[in-house]
Amino acid sequence: MLHIEDLQVTLGDKQVLKHIDLDIGVGETHVLFGPNGSGKTSLLMTIMGYPQYRVTGGRIVFKGQDITHMPVNERATLGIGMSYQRPPTINGVKTRQVIEICSAGKVNAEELAATVNFSDFLDRDINAGFSGGEIKRSELLQLLAQDPDLMLFDEPESGVDLENIALIGNTISMLLQRDFRRNAEKTQKKRLEERTKMGLIITHTGFILDYVTADKGQMLYNGVLTCSSNPREIFRCISEVGYEECTRCAI
Amino acid sequence: MRDLDEKAVQAKEKKAALGPDIDLDAFDVEPVPHGYIENLAALPPQDKQRMILAGVDASEQGRSGTYLQKDTAVIHAHTKDQEGLEVLPIKEALKRYDWVKDYYWKLVSVDTDKYTAQAQLALHDGYVIRAHPGAKVVYPVQACLYLEKEGLSQNVHNLIIAEEGSELHIITGCATAAHLKRGLHVGVSEFFVKKNAKLSFTMIHHWAEEMLVRPRSVGVVEEGGLFLNNYICMKPVKSLQMYPTTYLVGKGAVARFYSLLVGSPGAHMDVGGRIFLKKPETRAEIVARTISNGGDIVARGDLIGEVPGIKAHLECRGLILNGGSIHAIPELNGKAEGVEMSHEAAVGKIAQDEILYLMSRGLSEDEATAAIVRGFLNVDIPGLPSQLKAEIDRAVEQSDKDIM
Repeated sequence: MLHIEDLQVTLGDKQVLKHIDLDIGVGETHVLFGPNGSGKTSLLMTIMGYPQYRVTGGRIVFKGQDITHMPVNERATLGIGMSYQRPPTINGVKTRQVIEICSAGKVNAEELAATVNFSDFLDRDINAGFSGGEIKRSELLQLLAQDPDLMLFDEPESGVDLENIALIGNTISMLLQRDFRRNAEKTQKKRLEERTKMGLIITHTGFILDYVTADKGQMLYNGVLTCSSNPREIFRCISEVGYEECTRCAI
Repeated sequence: MRDLDEKAVQAKEKKAALGPDIDLDAFDVEPVPHGYIENLAALPPQDKQRMILAGVDASEQGRSGTYLQKDTAVIHAHTKDQEGLEVLPIKEALKRYDWVKDYYWKLVSVDTDKYTAQAQLALHDGYVIRAHPGAKVVYPVQACLYLEKEGLSQNVHNLIIAEEGSELHIITGCATAAHLKRGLHVGVSEFFVKKNAKLSFTMIHHWAEEMLVRPRSVGVVEEGGLFLNNYICMKPVKSLQMYPTTYLVGKGAVARFYSLLVGSPGAHMDVGGRIFLKKPETRAEIVARTISNGGDIVARGDLIGEVPGIKAHLECRGLILNGGSIHAIPELNGKAEGVEMSHEAAVGKIAQDEILYLMSRGLSEDEATAAIVRGFLNVDIPGLPSQLKAEIDRAVEQSDKDIM
């Protein structure tokens, strides 16, 4: 499980996360809401271990290990993976190569790419000229290859057209072991009991909730986790009364 | 020939426009005898190994012909069963064929500088590679100019001729014996790409730490012709200066120059490419990737668009990894309304977010850096045969350890 305790983070000289407490249990998926600039991406980047997000207080524990100051690649090896909103282009590094890096050479890139309709992109430079939807499919393909236990999704539905939103949503659902299968070997109940994958999903639009079930919603406002509740309820609340309501709880 | 000699004598002391001046008297030009080798398998293993590093394979697998010159002597020149292909030493060609003088010193001026003068006055040899009209030479021809004798100035003159409608691929490797430290290589090359012909020329240099290198090359591409010129130098060299020039003189002619350079500590490299677009619908592209690993690199590029309806692009990217300097000088010169010319140049370091991205997929920082550097040098070259792509990849892989 992921355990975050009194986490304080600065980016440059700005404090972006203030006294965050968050627990994601084994098999749980949480949805992270919040207006632009509230610190959602900062929280994900800090969990992933990006050094520019400087932890000034508190700690992050994953699978019983204090990872607060662990390098990014060791966190990846320990089972944390991220789907980025705007990943960098790396010239000359092919998508196929990155898939192989993610899986340490253990998967067949061709077969996996076919599942997210991405075969034509394997021999292209990673993220070079990819559209919004293509970036998401590429990111999900990398997570499929890496198969981490905790997955961080930064706005997986942003920039995705209607045609692809179902593919993206269903793939995330599958990654998080939340898909439903007819006549599967195991009963759905059994699959739920055995679910281990953890997820933290940033969403603005809430579209993703149509495809992925979630256990909890978290509201991040101005660097503060202001409430934790049923994700649909939080989403409805924002829709009805707006983020302004959050200011009343962010003090 | 006497005229050429006279002009050369006049230019004997003429310093080159670019690059540090070299005292030619400090190098021998006396011929060094080496016996002709009928069967390449008989080459000493250590020589074979050094040649392979420069893309020249003594087993000749996937090659249609070979030219080997050791110091001043031609030790092998032949073509496999390939119709319409000639590979022979230039001295022999000058004696045997009248047509050779229609090409010899026709693009490069003998009095360009002291190096071209030396290539005339103390010519050792060089190759003539010619594809006959319509001949499709699918497998590359390989040529190796090998230096073994310490303190020698190796002076060569090469002619490469792709006749009308032909296709020719050449890989030329310049390498030095493992023990060699100090030497000078002067190489004049003249390229003729005729109507609708396709020529790819891939040069891999594998020099030594005290080597001085002064190639002088000019090419001409006729209507519908394609000239691909790739240059790879990733090993130490003391001083390398070259500025190959190509003239696109026929409608729709295309030239693409790609270069990959790594500047090791103590190295000075001044490398460029210049393409004149003289007819409508001509296209030119110059792409350079340079890495300074402590050396000093000047990366030049010059595109001259003389008529409307031409397209030209220049791309120069440099990474400074372990000190040293990179001076990118991209130039565009549009001389008519309706030219389309662009350039992008960037000199910097590896972006931290790229390293972290790959680290978040499980690579260590060093592994991520290596993958990015490898990618940086991984330039897609359209139209290059797979064997030659493989040779370039091998040269890049070879240099990985040095860079990191």
